[in-house]
Amino acid sequence: MIKKLAKSIREYKTPSIITMLLMVAEVVIECLIPFITARLVNDIKAGVELSVLIKTGIILVFFAAISLCCGGVAAFTCSKASAGFAKNLRHDVFTRIQNFSFHNIDKFSTSSLVTRLTTDITHVQMSYMMIIRTAIRSPLMFAFAIVMAYKMGGSLATTFVVVVPVLIVGLLLVARFAMPAFRRVFKKYDRLNESIEENVRAMRVVKGFSREKYETQKFTNAATDICKDFTKAERIVALNGPIMQICMYFNMVFVLIVGSKLTISSQGALLDIGQISAMLTYGMQILMSLMMLSMIYVMLTMSMESMKRICEVLDEEPTLHNPKNPVYEVKDGSIEFNNVSFKYFKDAKKSALADIDLKIKSGMTVGIIGGTGSGKSSLVQLIPRLYDVTEGDIKVGGLDVRDYDIKTLRNSVAMVLQKNQLFSGTIKENLRWGNENATDQEMIEACKLSQAHDFIMSFPDGYDTYIEQGGTNVSGGQKQRLCIARALIKKPNILILDDSTSAVDTKTDALIRAGFKQFIPETTKIIIAQRIASVMDADMIIVMENGKVAAVGNHDELMQNSEIYREVYEQQTNGGDFDE
Amino acid sequence: MSRGPMPRNMPRGPKPKFNPTTLKRIIKMLFKFYPVMMPLTIACILFSAVTAAMPAVFQQQVIKDIETFINTGDWERAKQVILPKIFILIGLYTVSIIAITLYNQLMVFITQGFLNKMRIHMFETMQNLPVKYFDQNKHGDIMSHYTNDVDTMRELISRSLPSLLQATVVVTSVLSIMLYYSVWMTLVVLLGVVTMAFVSKKVGGGSAKYFMRQQKAIGKTEGFVQEMMSGQKVIKVFCHEKECNEDFDKVNEELFNDSFRAHAFANCLGPIIGNLGNILYVLVATVGGVLLLTKVPNISIGALVSGSITALTIDLVVPFLNMSRQFTGNINQVTQQINTVVMALAGAERVFNLIDQKPEEDKGYVTLVNCEVDADGNIHETDKRTGHWAWKHPHGDGTLTYTLLQGDVTMTEVDFGYEEDKLVLHDVSVYARPGQKVAFVGATGAGKTTITNLINRFYDIEDGKIRYDGININKIKKSDLRRSLGIVLQETNLFSGTVMENIRYGRLDATDEECIEAARLSGADDFITRLPQGYNTLLSNNGSNLSQGQRQLIAIARAAVADPPVMILDEATSSIDTRTELIVQRGMDKLMEGRTVFVIAHRLSTIMNSDVIMVLDKGRIIERGSHNDLLEQKGTYYQLYTGSFELD
Repeated sequence: MIKKLAKSIREYKTPSIITMLLMVAEVVIECLIPFITARLVNDIKAGVELSVLIKTGIILVFFAAISLCCGGVAAFTCSKASAGFAKNLRHDVFTRIQNFSFHNIDKFSTSSLVTRLTTDITHVQMSYMMIIRTAIRSPLMFAFAIVMAYKMGGSLATTFVVVVPVLIVGLLLVARFAMPAFRRVFKKYDRLNESIEENVRAMRVVKGFSREKYETQKFTNAATDICKDFTKAERIVALNGPIMQICMYFNMVFVLIVGSKLTISSQGALLDIGQISAMLTYGMQILMSLMMLSMIYVMLTMSMESMKRICEVLDEEPTLHNPKNPVYEVKDGSIEFNNVSFKYFKDAKKSALADIDLKIKSGMTVGIIGGTGSGKSSLVQLIPRLYDVTEGDIKVGGLDVRDYDIKTLRNSVAMVLQKNQLFSGTIKENLRWGNENATDQEMIEACKLSQAHDFIMSFPDGYDTYIEQGGTNVSGGQKQRLCIARALIKKPNILILDDSTSAVDTKTDALIRAGFKQFIPETTKIIIAQRIASVMDADMIIVMENGKVAAVGNHDELMQNSEIYREVYEQQTNGGDFDE
Repeated sequence: MSRGPMPRNMPRGPKPKFNPTTLKRIIKMLFKFYPVMMPLTIACILFSAVTAAMPAVFQQQVIKDIETFINTGDWERAKQVILPKIFILIGLYTVSIIAITLYNQLMVFITQGFLNKMRIHMFETMQNLPVKYFDQNKHGDIMSHYTNDVDTMRELISRSLPSLLQATVVVTSVLSIMLYYSVWMTLVVLLGVVTMAFVSKKVGGGSAKYFMRQQKAIGKTEGFVQEMMSGQKVIKVFCHEKECNEDFDKVNEELFNDSFRAHAFANCLGPIIGNLGNILYVLVATVGGVLLLTKVPNISIGALVSGSITALTIDLVVPFLNMSRQFTGNINQVTQQINTVVMALAGAERVFNLIDQKPEEDKGYVTLVNCEVDADGNIHETDKRTGHWAWKHPHGDGTLTYTLLQGDVTMTEVDFGYEEDKLVLHDVSVYARPGQKVAFVGATGAGKTTITNLINRFYDIEDGKIRYDGININKIKKSDLRRSLGIVLQETNLFSGTVMENIRYGRLDATDEECIEAARLSGADDFITRLPQGYNTLLSNNGSNLSQGQRQLIAIARAAVADPPVMILDEATSSIDTRTELIVQRGMDKLMEGRTVFVIAHRLSTIMNSDVIMVLDKGRIIERGSHNDLLEQKGTYYQLYTGSFELD
């Protein structure tokens, strides 16, 4: 997992390595400075001349300057390395998602992808920064201090044989008990936040049923429960400080008692005062570096979850691939379904589509109706190869869809999705999604055809009107018409409207269909609709039920042969629709 | 190491600024919540800060003793001087460890408890805010108060405040010791401190600035990613992947720049302060050396008290060196907290902003009670559920009157606008007799939903009157008014929990049988029983495992179990496909029997059988009457109704 993520470091390897090297330099200087300060103190005590004192001072200032440079540059490089690593990682995850097929997309929820790209990567960035700063520094510091302690303190250093294991075991125990507790609480905490979100969203329901007190009580219980769990987990972690203190103090007392005895009884032969002071200093350093290492350990385990979630995206293999020798031209708009079956997931029990055989001639208008879950959307999504069939094959322009270059195929099979979306930007920018080089004239033509031109012109900024994120500043019907225009600009061989005029009023809906007939007669038009009026005049109407084609024919034929069709027709002609 | 749940998305906000009132308010609240624990914790912190400084003195003394005895080689005699000191040291250490353990544990209680209290406080306030607040604020922003803004305070309370307190104590005590010994040397140390403060203000300010910019950039990235991820399928259909990648790289690069600068500044601070400390050390040593050599009279508080000003001695210079070390360490500690404090105060300000919001006003005093009607038609209040309700109306003269709840709703000449000077409803009058079905039709934005918002007082009217069973609805207690109205909204909101629990939300004391009966009535029973776990199926994420139509059915059942005398159905069946609607319609008709019902729908088939149909246009009622009346009028309704035919 770490290897996989590390691939994204790329050009930021250099600043990472520089950081680590600078950290080594800093450690060396940090270890040297005590010697010099000790000399400074001795100089003063000995009452040496000012010039000597200043000389020592200058050396110290010189070291401080180097240390400052190292620290400053390291701050720069390590920030650059970690921010850059995060940037690359975000880039990699985002591009990976762009390569996803519909199948892959279905597996991840939007919000989880957003979290992975932002919060999770930020966690990794912080851990990485910590690692390159301390991963070399702390062990080095530790090793240096241990060596020095033995060299200076001799037998006194046995104190570390006791203290170090105790501290390590203590810190590990804390981490071990705290970690699972935290993980559990975080999950609960996420759920609590979800329930707040739920409450905010459903505020009208809460108030409508006068459930304010009930909700507050529910929330108080949940929050207090979590608070208890948090307190438990944090209390374990709060032992870190005291454990560290105990070790530190033990070390000091030990050094002072044993050290003073040794020194005095040997009259300074075995140990001198300077060594005792040094032992105290190095003891501190050893324990501090252990503390740092335990912090890295905690940080790493904490961000492990984040890493796992990022890797899930990076490991997801796109399920659709371009063929080896793709065809770059779609001849016409004819479509053929040969014995097609389709499942969304391989191990799904139920087929979304089964035994579909259809022949649609180029230029035909085809209507599809059926209840929710009858397979209408699944059927049309196979045509531009948004999913691959499980069995059978689909031919467009006489060739299997899997033989085309995907981009070529999708450009000639324009699909207006049921759950459609405009992007923040001007209307023009949105329309250009269909064709980057579309001229103003082409855009106006497409918008006229989708009955969008008039309302666009009624905006003060016309085609330069800015669409807010999620298209919140246009009505549902206007949005749908813009989406149709965006698809029309592709000048496709096949145009698929998946319930794309549901919010458009009946009159405009009819005008759009009339326009299709008149101005794009050679384009095959497939229209999925809830309203029977939208499909009634089609050349061919497909009635879907339970993933199968229940009936095919034109309006008159279906009125005679299909009970479902007749039932829906009768119910709907009892009353019109009001919208827009 | 303690840390909270990982922040989801970072707080957005204005420029960093240090607002002492916010800090004061937090501290005040801490004391209010924990009148015993807080002083105890502070005492522990102070104590451990003091004891942290003491051992150094003892160590120094022990080493001095060793110096005295080193040449004697007589451990037995030395022991008698040294060991007592070490025992005092051990005693001090023990107390210090107890203090540290105690304050660490107490701090956990206080921090977690405080955050919990804040959350509950926020939630409680939020429940009582008017619907307007939720319409005007983005839900994501409200959410971030609970996640990010509260979380920023965790670090502030658990770490920054104690360490600031500790640092202040150490700095003041060291400063007074220094002044006691030598004013000259103190000035030298202070000079260094001022420089450090200046540098950390510059660098720390830069760091805070870029941290805020980083948060903004994260917000921007998040917005972009959110949009792209939710439109991912559109991107695929239009083969727009490359362009998206390019756009993302731009946003990403911006975030990189701000993040890099923010951290670079923050990381710089440590080495700068640390090495300034080293230079200060040299400076103190040099100045000390000069003073020693030149024998300048040493001015100090100690000397002033004893009245004998002498020259500086070596014994003073060495402690000064150590004290300057201590100073640097503490300042470094404080500077590390700058970012946390700035961000936490910004977060706290937003939290307080929510808490200080004015709650929904409710001056109503007419309440809804269960009642029994005796043979003479007199109404008696009772605690039991009788199926009859009455409005209990206390009057100014102390008398009580009871009015039977019937569901007679009238609106007279109502004007209303969500914003001032922008009326959405003009002169709207609606008369709904008990048991009538009243329908509203009209284009989006014509004001249909607004009318229902006024009846249940999600919003209050500007002009005109709304009466419920003859009582002005402003006099009715809001919760009771809403209890008497069942609403089913177009946008269905379900709660995490089982299907059963969701239906029971309508009436908390409903039995399982009553819930199932309500589901049967609204036509939801059929699909619920086919779910894998039936009524015990868990719904999560607003019931995302169900279709929109199924969610609406549950919402209808939820309203049905409440059994309210008046119902408001706002596009309640819009997402149910036409075939299912046929089934639901029957249930709905049964549900509506004997109730006053307000229906909003764009499918005319849903409302055709209403007693009165109101056609709304731009906030005015332009036509009213029964289906047949309206057809005869040959107006807008007629055109709508015939619309689907004339076009073909």
